[in-house]
This record gives sequence, C-alpha cells and structure tokens, in this order.
Amino acid sequence: MANTRVYDEDVLIETNGFEDHFHEHHHGDKYQTSFLTHYIFSQDHKIIARQFLITGMFWGLVGAMMSVIFRLQLGFPEESMAWIKPLLGKWITVNEEGFGTLAPEFYYALVTMHGTILVFFVLTAGLSGTFSNLLIPFQVGARDMASPLLNMFSYWFFFLAGVVMFFSLFLSTGPFAGGWTAYPPLSVLPQASSGSGAGMTLWTLSLVLFVVSVLLGGINYVTTVLNMRTKGMSMWRMPLTIWAFFITAILGILSFPVLAAGFFLLMCDRTLGTSFYISEIFVGGQALENVGGSPILYQHLFWFLGHPEVYIIILPAMGLVSEVLSVHARKPIFGYKAMVFSMLAIGFLSFIVWAHHMFMSGVNPFLSNFFVVFTLIIAVPSAVKVFNWITTLYKGNIRFNSASLFAIGFVSMFISGGLTGIFLGNSTLDIQLHDTYFVVAHFHIVMGVAAFFGMFAGVYHWFPRMFGRFMNETMGRVHFWGTLIGAYAVFWPMHYLGMAGVPRRYYSFDNFDTFAHFDGMNKFITIAAMVVFALQVLFVVNFFYSIFKGRVQKTKNPWGATTLEWTAPIDAPHGNWPGKIPAVHRWPYDYGKDGEDFIPQIVPLAEGEKDQGH
Amino acid sequence: MDSVAVQSNVAENDQNLWEGAKEPFKASYGKLMMWYFLVSDAFTFAGFLIAYGALKFSMPTWPLPDFVFSSLPGGIHHAPLIFVTIMTFVLIASSVTMVRAVQEGHRENKNGVVFWMGMTILGGLAFLGCQAWEWTTLIAGENMTVTTNPFGTHVVDGVYLDDEHGHPYEAGATPETFHAGQTYLIHKDHDTDEWIQRRYKAENGAVAQQAFGPKAFGALFFFITGFHGFHVFSGVLFLLIIMINAASGLYAARKNGYEMVEKIGLYWHFVDLVWVFVFLAYYLL
Repeated sequence: MANTRVYDEDVLIETNGFEDHFHEHHHGDKYQTSFLTHYIFSQDHKIIARQFLITGMFWGLVGAMMSVIFRLQLGFPEESMAWIKPLLGKWITVNEEGFGTLAPEFYYALVTMHGTILVFFVLTAGLSGTFSNLLIPFQVGARDMASPLLNMFSYWFFFLAGVVMFFSLFLSTGPFAGGWTAYPPLSVLPQASSGSGAGMTLWTLSLVLFVVSVLLGGINYVTTVLNMRTKGMSMWRMPLTIWAFFITAILGILSFPVLAAGFFLLMCDRTLGTSFYISEIFVGGQALENVGGSPILYQHLFWFLGHPEVYIIILPAMGLVSEVLSVHARKPIFGYKAMVFSMLAIGFLSFIVWAHHMFMSGVNPFLSNFFVVFTLIIAVPSAVKVFNWITTLYKGNIRFNSASLFAIGFVSMFISGGLTGIFLGNSTLDIQLHDTYFVVAHFHIVMGVAAFFGMFAGVYHWFPRMFGRFMNETMGRVHFWGTLIGAYAVFWPMHYLGMAGVPRRYYSFDNFDTFAHFDGMNKFITIAAMVVFALQVLFVVNFFYSIFKGRVQKTKNPWGATTLEWTAPIDAPHGNWPGKIPAVHRWPYDYGKDGEDFIPQIVPLAEGEKDQGH
Repeated sequence: MDSVAVQSNVAENDQNLWEGAKEPFKASYGKLMMWYFLVSDAFTFAGFLIAYGALKFSMPTWPLPDFVFSSLPGGIHHAPLIFVTIMTFVLIASSVTMVRAVQEGHRENKNGVVFWMGMTILGGLAFLGCQAWEWTTLIAGENMTVTTNPFGTHVVDGVYLDDEHGHPYEAGATPETFHAGQTYLIHKDHDTDEWIQRRYKAENGAVAQQAFGPKAFGALFFFITGFHGFHVFSGVLFLLIIMINAASGLYAARKNGYEMVEKIGLYWHFVDLVWVFVFLAYYLL
C-alpha cells in the first residue's frame, strides 16, 4: 500500500510558484462584474467551458431524440405514429382510421439532422469545446486563454450556428434532408427535395458560422498551449489531455477551412447558377443548363475535412480517457511518449486517407490503393494507444467509479469499432459493405459511442472542477452499465444487417423480401435505442441535480491527481489562482513513485530524484 | 506541512527547461494567432485552387489567358497579360511599403509608420481599382459572367464562313483562318443583343459554329479573384483602422514596437503571396 501524503497546495505554490504580477495591475475584475458579463458574455474559460457543455447537452438530447423517432419507423413500421403528431405536426399524416405515418422526406431530414447535430454540435463543440476550454488553461498553468475575447466569440458563433440550425427544423419545407455529408446534387438544386431549398440554405449558413467558431477556438487553443505554459511546463510535461486538445486544434485549423472553401463553392452553385458541382442533370424531366461541374470535387473537399473531423472527435476523448485511467488506476500512463507520438501519427495520417469514404464514388481504383494502405496504417498508432491503456490498467489499484468505468468502456468501444474499420478500409470489401448498416455500426461504435464514453468519463471526473460538487454515483453507474450494454445491443446486430447487405438510410424495407427476416432484429435495435436514450435523460437529470444538490467537494484534490487544475481553489476566481501561478517540477504521471501514492506536478524534485517525463 | 514544500529548487536537474512566459517562436501570442489564421486561410485558398485544377483538367479545352486578358485601359487590345502584370507589380510594391511601415514601427517613428501605411493603402486601393476595371471589361465589354463563358477554343484547324458580324463573307473577301488551340471571343450584336456564333468549316470539311467555352472558367475566375479581392478589401479596411490608431498615438503609448502594424503586415504579405499563386494558376498556366 502506497504512502498517501497530504500536500498543501497553497504553500507549495507560494513557495515555488511563479509571480506573474497578475493581480497587481488587475484593477477590479472588469470582465466579471455583472451577471451578464459573468455568466452570459463571459470571457472566463471556466464559464465558456460550461456554456459549451450545456449547449452540447441540449443538442445531444435533440439529436438523440431524432434517432429514436427514425428508429421507431425502422423497428415498428406497422405501428401508428399518430401519438407523436403533437410534436412533429404535418410530418405525420393520420388517415381516416387514425393511423399515423411518418412522411418519408421528414425521415430523411431526421437522419440528416441527427448526423449533423451529433458530429458537429455535440461531439466537436460539446466535447472538444468544453474540455479544451476547461482544461487547457488549468492544466498548463495559465490565467486564461491567449485571447479570452476570441474565446467568447468562439462560443457565440457556435451558439449562433445552433440558432440557425434550430430555426431550420421549423421550416414549412423542413430542414435539409440530403444526408449530413450534403453531397450534390441534393444539396445544390433547391428543387431536388423539399429540404434542399430553404432548409439547405440555413444548413450551409449554420455550418459556415460553425467553422468560424472552430477556427477561433482552435487558434486560441494552439496559441495557449504553445505560449502560455507556466514555468517548468515543458511540452514533455504536459498531460495527455493537453496533447490531445493541441493536436485536435491543429487538425481543426487545417481541415475546417477546406470545408469552408467547399461550402462557398456550393453556395455559388445554389445562388449564382454556377456549375462547380453539377453537370448535365435532369430534375423533374427538365434538363438544366449546368455543364462541366463535378460532384466528386465536392466529395474530395468535404472529406478532406470529413476524415480529420472524426479524429477531431475522438482525440479529445482519447486524451480525457488517458488522464482518467491513469488517475483512477493510480499508475503512470504506460508509454507516455508513445501515446503522444501515436496521436501525432494519427493526426498526420488523418489528412491522407479521406478518399476511403469515396471508394464507391467512382474514384480511380489505383488511387484507392494509396488510400487503403494509409487507412490501414492508422491501425498501428491506434493499437499502440489501446495496448497502452490496457497496460496502464494492468496491476493497477483501480478505483471503480463512473469516471473510470466510462474510460474503460471507451477502450472497449474503441477496440470493437476499430476492428471493423480494418474491414471497411479495404476498397474491395467496401464494395459489399459500402452504405450498409455495417458502416453505421462501425462509425457509431468507434466515433459515436466511444467519443461519448470519453466525454462522460470527462464529465464525471471533472464535474467537481466545474461545479464544486460530485455527480451522483449510483445514477452514474446505472448510466454506465445501461449505456454499455444498450449501445452494444443497438450496434452489434447492425453488423449482421450490414453483412447481409441491408442498405442504410432507407425509409422502409417493406418491398424487400430479402430483408423481411430482419424485422425482429430491427425491433430489438429500436427497443435498445429507446432504453439507451432514457439512460441519457437520466444522465442529464443527474447532471443538473448534482449542480445544485450533489455531494459538496471538500478538498481541493478529491481524486488525488497530480495535474495543476486541482491546485486551484474549489471556486477558482477569474485568473484561476489567487496568488502566484504554480510552477511545475515534474511530469504529470507520478503515481506510486518511491512509495508515494501520488506526487503533484507542483512538488519540486527531491535531492537526486529524476523526472520521469524526459 | 512537511519538508517537501520548503525544499529549494537546487535539486532540479532540469535547468534548461521551459521557464514559462517565454515566447517559443520569438513571437507574441497575438502574432502567433495571426500566423495560425493565415495557415487556415491558406488552406481555404488551396481548396479553391485545387477545385480550379480539378475542373480545368477535366475540360477538353480551356481558354488561353494570353487571349482573354489582353486588354488595357484606353482601348488597347492585343497586349497579353500586360494589365495583370501592372496589377501584380502594384500589389507587390505595396508589400514593400508595408515592410517600410513595420521597419519605422521598430524605430518607434510614428510619422514614418503612418506615411508608409498610407502608401500601402494607396497600393491596395490601386489594386482593387485595377481589379474593378478588369471585371468591368470582362462583364460589360466581353459578356463573361459566372454562368456564361464566351471565350471558346478551337479544337481543329479551319476557316470561318461568317465575318465578325455573323454575316457570310462577301464574294472576293479573304476568309479568316484559325488553328486548333486558338481561343476566340463570341461577341454580342449591339442592336439585337444576340450572340454572334460564327460558322466555320473545319479541315475535314465539317461545318459548325463557334461553341461557348467551359462555364467553369468564368465562374472560377470571378470566384477566386473575388475572394482574393475581398481579402485585399478587408486588408485595406484594417490598414486604415490601424493607421488611424497609429496616428492617434495609441501604439506609441504601448511601446511594443507597433506590434499591431506588424500583425496586419503579416496579413498583407500573405494576401500578396496568395495573389502570386492565383496569378500563377489563372494567368500563367
């Protein structure tokens, strides 16, 4: 049993800290005086993090509810949907016998919005936005972000993007319905489908605003990590969370502008009548004048963002999980540098694999070979990370709680989903599996559920840091076990559907006798999806209940963690530390070293002691 | 409190470590943020230029820039790329004046900063003026729009059957001949506002009339140069704001070597650099 020493963080910081004269020329706190500047237009990274998280949770509920509705259509097509008419209005047609049917065009709108909302608003803004904001300044020992003002804009551009997207849900023609990837021609021609008109206009506008938000955030995160680290916080002493956010932000800066470029050309095609993406096309029996464009061009521009985007989603979750696992296993993370290098490798490779989304789009098969090879190579750094997480747990003194359980669940999901990625990365296998439920199962497990698990691990772990209270542990465990089993129950059977060739995005399989025997499986998936949704509602209840009624945090460092965010006061002021900022003397993973349970980063090295990180 | 906290740092075996509050690339975070923005903006332009390349090389023909961009103010024609060369020269000259403004900033010379920034603004405005003239010529004079491209290219050698007004050649006139790869402009009749697509006879005897060029040529031209022009325009606005700030003595009071001037300078040089690529892709290749 390791010796548990109690550290007095205030004394340590006062003795060894770094005097940046922050509080001397800080005449009152002009940014934090009124309710409006403290909670609404706040420039404090801690508040902005909470804003991102709560907005992300709102969108998470909206997006998940959409999936429940379209799962009902898939699982129980013979049941009446009349009861949901109060919510969906004219998109449910009720016939004379009182039988309600979901309008097919709204089914597509639901699928499209589910994807867009979850990918961009929840798993990009809600995950990376929340934890980059919360943890970067705290864990590198900075008073705030490099530019608090741009940081505030980053949130409000995201908010505005959300408002525009939300508005589009209520259009009489419905929101955009051409899939979250918005491929032309459905996204270009307003007459192509009911959602391709005003719905698509608002969709594009919303996402351009979102790109601005990501860029403002990303530029800030990178600059803060590079320039605002405290004394002693060399790059190789940064926690893996910071490395993950740092690489994520770089990916965002490099990939989102290309998406913006693609969208600008799309807007021209929609409004000015140019032909960048369409050529010689008939709509409603009428030949259009557009000549010479290429829909494949859009796909290239889109997936040049689209693939790094999945790593923008998963890397922050990886960072959070590495930190949570290490803290709760009471062991240093295994292979710290290997973890960093594998994240860098994943980040680099993510830019040269985009066309594996386009194997069936008619790209040259010789070109596909290139993308197959690099796609499969990504399995190497991913496997390095998985083995390191498992080795971190091995012989650890593991504390099982909601945070660590979700972190372990992440590893499970990442393995299950990652393995099917190896199937899909092969261009020949993709001929059979493309656009089937196999793909749906793959990416939901590996970047949907896994990223959510990382996010949940982060929320349970850093909830005290955000609100000074703990989340309810019983509800947390019900949430974990229910979600783990439920998510597998939803997505595991989809692999079988996919291997049998069941195509994704179809409204109904009534006319396909081949797929008739999957009725039972589809019912099962839908019931599991509803249970999982109910459990997420439980999480939201727990979240808000705990903000006001949760167990109060009494000590600064409840988990016995080494990183800097736990050295600041529980109700940290603007500027995070009341006096000096902490100086760093060691890497962040000194657990179980020299018979000590843990040694915080602010503790100086003892005589003759060697820092592990270098 | 145990002895850990009061221990001195002597044992620290990492004297060369990060000291904090240092600037890793010898750049303040404001400048770094500008650099990162420029990197992302470069990717946006790269997206456009890749779209340009992808569409251009998927077309059977592409108008020759030497033919399309051959007008000069004052009714001068057949001066290939002369006007755009002047434009480019003006923009690059404005980069030089920008460098001088930054240099005067380092010398903390307020008047010098304001003067050279003023020169840069003039350069930017001159460039925008040139662009306005070029667009006007193309749109109003030569009828190229985002949806119509009257600049076609011959794929065979041949001889025209109609004269420039669309009427068959009178007996005894020498018909104009052309070669494969030669770009032509389809004119509009001033009175009827109809296109004059001249008929021609190809080498193999087939009779056809002038076809329109690839639509993407016009759309991409207006889009890419427009997007760049918008960058120049916003640059001029920012230069103006910063020049006024500098003149008001705001930066002199900060004593940071007119860092704002340096930041807008980075942006300005970037916009110039992008133009070099646009120029290369659109006018030279």
